[in-house]
Amino acid sequence: MNEEIIRVENLTFEYPDTAVLKNVNFTLYKGDFLGIIGANGAGKSTLIKLILGLLPYDAGRITLFGTELSRVRSRIGYVSQKANSFNSDFPATVLEVVRANLFSSKGLFRRYTKEDNARAEHALALVGMTEYKDKLIGSLSGGQQQRVFIARALVSEPELLLMDEPTVGIDAASVREIMSIIKKLNSGGITMIMTNHDTPALLDAADKLLIFCEHGYEEFVNRSDLSLERVSSILAGKRVHKHG
Amino acid sequence: MDNIFAYSFMLKAFAAAVLIAAAAPCIGLPIVLKRFSAIGDAASHSALGGIAFGLLIGINPIIGAVLFSVAAVFGIEGLRKRFGSYSEIATVIVMSAGIGLTAVLSGFIKNGSANISSFMFGSIVAISDFELILTVILCAVIIGVTLLLYKEIFAITFDEEAAGLCGIPVKAVNFVLMLLTALTVSVASRIVGALMISSLLVIPTAAAMLVSGSYRGTLARSIVFAELFTISGLFISYYFDLRPGGTIVLIGTAVLAAAALLKKRK
Repeated sequence: MNEEIIRVENLTFEYPDTAVLKNVNFTLYKGDFLGIIGANGAGKSTLIKLILGLLPYDAGRITLFGTELSRVRSRIGYVSQKANSFNSDFPATVLEVVRANLFSSKGLFRRYTKEDNARAEHALALVGMTEYKDKLIGSLSGGQQQRVFIARALVSEPELLLMDEPTVGIDAASVREIMSIIKKLNSGGITMIMTNHDTPALLDAADKLLIFCEHGYEEFVNRSDLSLERVSSILAGKRVHKHG
Repeated sequence: MDNIFAYSFMLKAFAAAVLIAAAAPCIGLPIVLKRFSAIGDAASHSALGGIAFGLLIGINPIIGAVLFSVAAVFGIEGLRKRFGSYSEIATVIVMSAGIGLTAVLSGFIKNGSANISSFMFGSIVAISDFELILTVILCAVIIGVTLLLYKEIFAITFDEEAAGLCGIPVKAVNFVLMLLTALTVSVASRIVGALMISSLLVIPTAAAMLVSGSYRGTLARSIVFAELFTISGLFISYYFDLRPGGTIVLIGTAVLAAAALLKKRK
């Protein structure tokens, strides 16, 4: 049987006075691509933060690689909406930014080696950014910066990659390039969890969907069972039979 | 023209200046990039309170400065959490408290104004053997720790959230960074003076940011700039009979302005 990567059981989280997630359940296996769809404020980014341990959940359970997060942190990569919030005057090269994520394999106090630089360059090659390795990160376009941040997540060779709106604020051509890179990484065996405001792009890439509906419940379905029109009606609050 | 190195006090001044000019940018770069430059100011004003305290109870003023500036940076960290999105208030509160304390304590010190004044504006040529040894030890700690934690400090300065996710102990490294900021401010108060310390933290870094193409290059150039400012400042102040601290700061400001103009023309 395919290796189980993440199991989310009855996950519940609320901000003061507002329930954001209530009894969320899903399981992903190696090579799955989960697209999380829903309106702003529906809890998509919150779910990503709960999986990463950036927020404590109120009830339920998240199991990663059959164990708890702290034991498998190095097997998980994360790409956030950095292209929008990034400080463009920060004096760092692309290589320095990507290399920064090698801490889990280096530990405290140890200096970077030629092998570390080679690993960072390999990660940059995966996103087609090798030639920019010595450029200042702030001198790149938003799309190029986001490809660098994907490389940064890839440098530690993660088996599960979480992406929170990685294409927000980026031009259409760059979005197509980034989605193509992400699909290629997924076909190479990396399990993906991704939120994206661009529903058609996500439907094109994902094979499983977690849809947060307007009326406060969620649906976990196989992508092949749904058309874009059907997804729109679910988003509007009409239930479907659950799969997977 | 007499030989500047014929005097032992000038040799000691140069030794201390070279060390502090190497140490200050190691802390200056991360605090500037984390937008914490004002913490250097608040710590230096608190260091003045510590200097007054040291003079009052008869311990070395630099030790007093270390104690008070350490308390100040952690006081700021504690207060910042209380004020949420208005966290910069914490820096102003600690700075004001530091100045208030200095004003009160200096009233109890014999020749208080003269003594405090030498630390406010720097008195590197009056550095004692004990202060030079203290400077050597503290600078070695500052440079050593920032080199050991180079990759952790870079990661946290660039993206604290990502640094935490890949396992870097963010709180511990930030704690060390704040501690080193306090130490740098205390030891540098003898060189440029407590009121001008933050210029040694910020100006070399700012100038280096204008002419560098990497984090590593910015750090290296900021140390080169700091050495250039302090050494040339000591020479110029000696031969033109100026105050060394102010001269160092003015040279730094002039070089920074020139670098900014050159960059604008390009």
